[in-house]
Amino acid sequence: MTTAAAAPARVERRLLAGPADGRLETYLATHGRLPVLDAPRLIEVLREAGLTGHGGAGFPAWRKLSAVHAARRPAVVIANGAEGEPASGKDKALLGAQPQLVLDGLQLVARALGASGAHIYVTAASVAGVRSALAERHRAGLDQVAVNVHVAPDTFVSGEESAVLAAISGRPAVPADKRVRIVESGLGGAPTLVQNVETLAHIAQIVRYGPGWFRSAGTSDEPGTFLATIGGAVLSPGVVEAGYGVPLGDLIDAAGGATEPLQAVLVGGYHGGWVPPNPDLPVSRAAMTPYGASPGAGIVLALPVGACGLAETARIAGYLAGQAAGQCGPCINGLPRLADTLTDLARRRARPGLPAEVERLAALVTGRGACRHPDGTARLIRSSLRAFESDVAAHLSGRCLAVR
Amino acid sequence: MTDALWYFARGAGVVTLVLLTIVVALGIGARSGRPAFGLPRFGVNMVHRNAALLAVVMVVGHVVSLLFDPYAQLRVFDLVLPFVGNYRPFWQGLGTLGFDLLIAIVVTSLLRQRIGVRVWRLVHWLAYLCWPIALLHGLGNGTDNGTWWLWTVSGICLATVLAAVGWRVSPSFARFPARVARRVPQRSLQEVR
Amino acid sequence: MSEHRLHIDWTACDGRGLCAELLPELLVEDDWGYPVSRDGTAEPAIPRRLEGPAQRAVDRCPALALRLVRR
Repeated sequence: MTTAAAAPARVERRLLAGPADGRLETYLATHGRLPVLDAPRLIEVLREAGLTGHGGAGFPAWRKLSAVHAARRPAVVIANGAEGEPASGKDKALLGAQPQLVLDGLQLVARALGASGAHIYVTAASVAGVRSALAERHRAGLDQVAVNVHVAPDTFVSGEESAVLAAISGRPAVPADKRVRIVESGLGGAPTLVQNVETLAHIAQIVRYGPGWFRSAGTSDEPGTFLATIGGAVLSPGVVEAGYGVPLGDLIDAAGGATEPLQAVLVGGYHGGWVPPNPDLPVSRAAMTPYGASPGAGIVLALPVGACGLAETARIAGYLAGQAAGQCGPCINGLPRLADTLTDLARRRARPGLPAEVERLAALVTGRGACRHPDGTARLIRSSLRAFESDVAAHLSGRCLAVR
Repeated sequence: MTDALWYFARGAGVVTLVLLTIVVALGIGARSGRPAFGLPRFGVNMVHRNAALLAVVMVVGHVVSLLFDPYAQLRVFDLVLPFVGNYRPFWQGLGTLGFDLLIAIVVTSLLRQRIGVRVWRLVHWLAYLCWPIALLHGLGNGTDNGTWWLWTVSGICLATVLAAVGWRVSPSFARFPARVARRVPQRSLQEVR
Repeated sequence: MSEHRLHIDWTACDGRGLCAELLPELLVEDDWGYPVSRDGTAEPAIPRRLEGPAQRAVDRCPALALRLVRR
């Protein structure tokens, strides 16, 4: 149940609060030992807290847990720290600063589900830190369920749920066709819970400090804090923590403020959308939806007025086209064509019906692949045509509004 | 009676060769993804399949009548073990090989849903081996070798297959030449089908 | 009320076009020969009268890329 009305959403440290000297003793002194909860109790607590996934999709955490629990078979839990998005650094920062929070969350969920196995899937940069944190826990006898560490390749799609499963099974980290839901049958046929490392860290805090505490940040519809990676035209790009609904301006300020007047802000990463540089715009799903964006995995990229939004989007589109796994015809053919068409528009190589062609291709690739990579790319591109509408008109007549 | 068996066996053999020629040509047509030989794509697919099944019936008739014909001296294990026959062992051995390959290809095709595309495709490539073996077997083994009509029929079949293969390797074969090649995924054993 | 929908395994589909030929009311080919659902959904619904052709398309697809699913 909700407690007293939350304070206005603001930048505040919770996951990233506290000493981060990397020592287990310090961590336990700050947070205490991990409580043990069974699955029904854990599901209840998470439902009260209203925690949603922090990997991008924003699915309610309690629902996923509940589905795996309902399968009534030994489960597998996977902590996903692949962070395939190049503009995102939050998982790496979290694993570096507070690996014990993530590992506590993983252990808690694994024990609650009676899991037969637990895995953590992280990029090469984070492996050493995670391994040493696990070693410390092992010496202290903290982990009942053994955790296996896996290295995620440095590709965009490596963090997709089925790609994670494939990688852990020793196959290339590319998505698979969805036959059965992973929560029913995943790794080795076992009901599998794949959860972003940040989500697990939140779980580790919620069970200690309670759902009420969690809800005291954020908004009543979107409670809690999230980690945001602020980049682009800001003075000190980096990872910032804030409650959902935090004004966009507060996030930019927390990263040192904008270095120039801003034209637009990309929210949600390369599969997100462009929003106006309105400092009062709340960073929440509710406020972002009209712009075809959502907080996603918390990426915020500031675009200065001197840069061309279409050119920047075309650059990202080209990158995304190159990052396609290459398994699905519409995607491997459609994304490069989409990127090329947008590039033509960005380079002012106008021809009649160019924006319409971009729209057509965006619609053509949407929903026609084993994963949501083409959908996300199409969404970004469509939002750029809307956000930079006046620039589109300028480009079609050979000018660019950004060039002074 | 034995003459009748022999004539039937020869006839069935030639019909099998003609059917297999149709099967190969339509198989290549099916691969093109285009309507071919006046048939829609689905038609190409079905006639290819049905002609292959008919070819199996004909080749079984061919083999069974030879089993009963004392002149052929065919034993049952000659059907699986090539080159150990008593009558023209080499040419008959080719027949054995061709027969075994055909059965393997057809059986894997009928069980395609169960074994998955990967294994199916691997075995199906053997068709390019099976057909020339069948042609050579017919030319080398039958008592008709040397007769003008067998050479004519074989010639037409060869021309047909060469034309189809020529089409297969030509640049205009692909319906969408600009299409980017997909990376075919590895599959775990569990998710074959 | 559950109905049958046509699921396309995009990692298997090779754009051979048999399905678009057998189910022209439901599917059309895109710029590269891959099937697009006319109703704009990822998994087109199969009306009862087309269940036969749909099953045929599933059986004959050279890439085994099609499945009928109940949603």
